[in-house]
Amino acid sequence: MSSLDAIAVNTEVVTGNVEPLLHEVRHALKRLANGEDGTVIDLRSLPLAPGEEEQIEAALGQGEVRAELNALGPSLVQETSYPGVWLVTHRNAEQAVVGRFIEVTDMPELLKSQQADIEYGINRLENELKN
Amino acid sequence: MRKDQNLGEYLRAQGVSRRGFLKFCSATASLMALPPSAIAQVADALAKARRPSVIWLSFQECTGCTESLTRSHAPTVESLIFDAISLDYHHTLQAAAGHGAEAARMAAMEENSGEYILVVDGSIPVGNPAYSTIAGISNLDMLKETAANAFALVAVGTCAAFGGIPHANPNPTGAVSVSDIVTDKPIINVSGCPPIPVVITGVLAHFLTFGTIPELDALGRPAAFFGQNIHDRCYRRPFYERGQFAETFDDEGARKGWCLYKLGCKGPTTYNTCATLKWNEGTSFPIQSGHGCIGCSEPDFWDKGGFYNPISAGMWGSRDALLGAAAAGAALGVGSALAARARKKKAQAAEEA
Repeated sequence: MSSLDAIAVNTEVVTGNVEPLLHEVRHALKRLANGEDGTVIDLRSLPLAPGEEEQIEAALGQGEVRAELNALGPSLVQETSYPGVWLVTHRNAEQAVVGRFIEVTDMPELLKSQQADIEYGINRLENELKN
Repeated sequence: MRKDQNLGEYLRAQGVSRRGFLKFCSATASLMALPPSAIAQVADALAKARRPSVIWLSFQECTGCTESLTRSHAPTVESLIFDAISLDYHHTLQAAAGHGAEAARMAAMEENSGEYILVVDGSIPVGNPAYSTIAGISNLDMLKETAANAFALVAVGTCAAFGGIPHANPNPTGAVSVSDIVTDKPIINVSGCPPIPVVITGVLAHFLTFGTIPELDALGRPAAFFGQNIHDRCYRRPFYERGQFAETFDDEGARKGWCLYKLGCKGPTTYNTCATLKWNEGTSFPIQSGHGCIGCSEPDFWDKGGFYNPISAGMWGSRDALLGAAAAGAALGVGSALAARARKKKAQAAEEA
C-alpha cells in the first residue's frame, strides 16, 4: 500500500443524475416502441460524479449483442440488457475514450454497412475480377 | 492533405471508411458540444470541407496554451483536424526561424488574403513595444499587420483573450488583449490558463465544419463551451445546495468530497466546461482533485482576491477598495471572509485537539 492509499477518503458524492438519465432512456425506449425516431445521449455532456458512469453501465447491464469495430481506433457497441438500448464507446488508437453514447435504436448506425463503402467495395471487387 | 482535396476525399485516400468517418464525426460533434442529432449535419459539412490556412502568433505567454494543445488526449481525431488545416506559421512548432519564418507568414497572408484564420496566444505589451518582439517586429505591429486581412481571429488563452497574468496588477508591460487592439474583425476568445485542449480544437473543428463563427457569449467566448458556469455543472453542487462545505483541505468535509466554496472555489463565477470535458484524458478536473476552481477563464482572475478566499471576500477587487468598503461598514463580503476564516481556525483547532 502506498502512502496515498493510506489516506482515508470516503467520498459520498452523488449528483442525482443517474436515475433521471435512466428515466430519459425509458422515455426514449417508449418512443422507439411507438415507431418514433431513436435517441442518442452523449454521456460526456452530463455532470457525473466519479463512479456514476459505472453505475449507469451496471444498471443497464449487458444484452445479447456485442460488436467491436476497428475504424480510427477500436469502438465497442454493446446492446444492454434492455433491447433497443445500446452503449457505444469510441476509443482512439491510443485506447483513450473519445466519445461515449447511449443509443436508443433498433440498430446503431455504425453497425450498418455504409452506402459509400458498399460502392467502394463494388469497384474494388470489379477490379479484382478484371485482373 | 492537398489543397484541391476536401476532407472526405482526403480521408478516403487515407483508407478511412465511411464508418470510420462517421465515428470521427460523432467524436467531433461531441467535441463541439453539439447534440448527437447534429452528427449527420457535421458529416455532410466535414466531408466537403476545404483546407483553411491558419497563422498562429505567440506573444507575451508561457507556451502553456501550445503545450496544452499538443498534449491533447485524442490524437486520432485531433490530428485529423490538424491534417485538415494548413498551419502555415507557428514559431514555437516550426523548424524555420528568423527571416525564413517571417517569409512563410507573409506568403500565407498573401496567398490566403481575407480567408485565413489568425490564432493568437499571449498578451500584447503596449507600454513599451520593445518588451516583446519577433524577428525585430513588435507584437503590436505583427498583430495589426497579420490581422488586417484575416477572416477571423481566435484568441487562445486568458492572456490573449483578456490580458491574463501579464495584465495583472501592476501590469509592468502595459499588457492588453487582442480585442483591445483589433476592433474590426470577428474575434473568438478561448480563455483558460491554459484552455482545455479539446475546446481549442473544437473551435477549429466548428470553423472547419461550418465555415462560420460559433455563437459567442458576452465576452466573445464560444457559448457551447462557456455558456454555463462550472458550479452549475459540478458534481459537488448537491453539497452546496445542502449547505455541506469543506472548511479546511483535510477536514471531514474535504474527505467526504463536500463543496469547496468556502475554501475559495470560484466555480460559481467561472464559465468553462472543466466539469464535463475534464482534463488529462477526461480523468479529472481541479474540483474533483480536491482543489477549488481558481477562475482562470475569467478576466482579471489574478486580481480578484486570494484563490483561497470565498468569492464573497474577493468581489471587491483591489485591496484599497476592500479597505474602503470595510471602513464604510458595508463589507458584507469581508464579514463572510472573516467568518470563514474563524470557522477554518475553529475546525483546525478541533482537529488538533
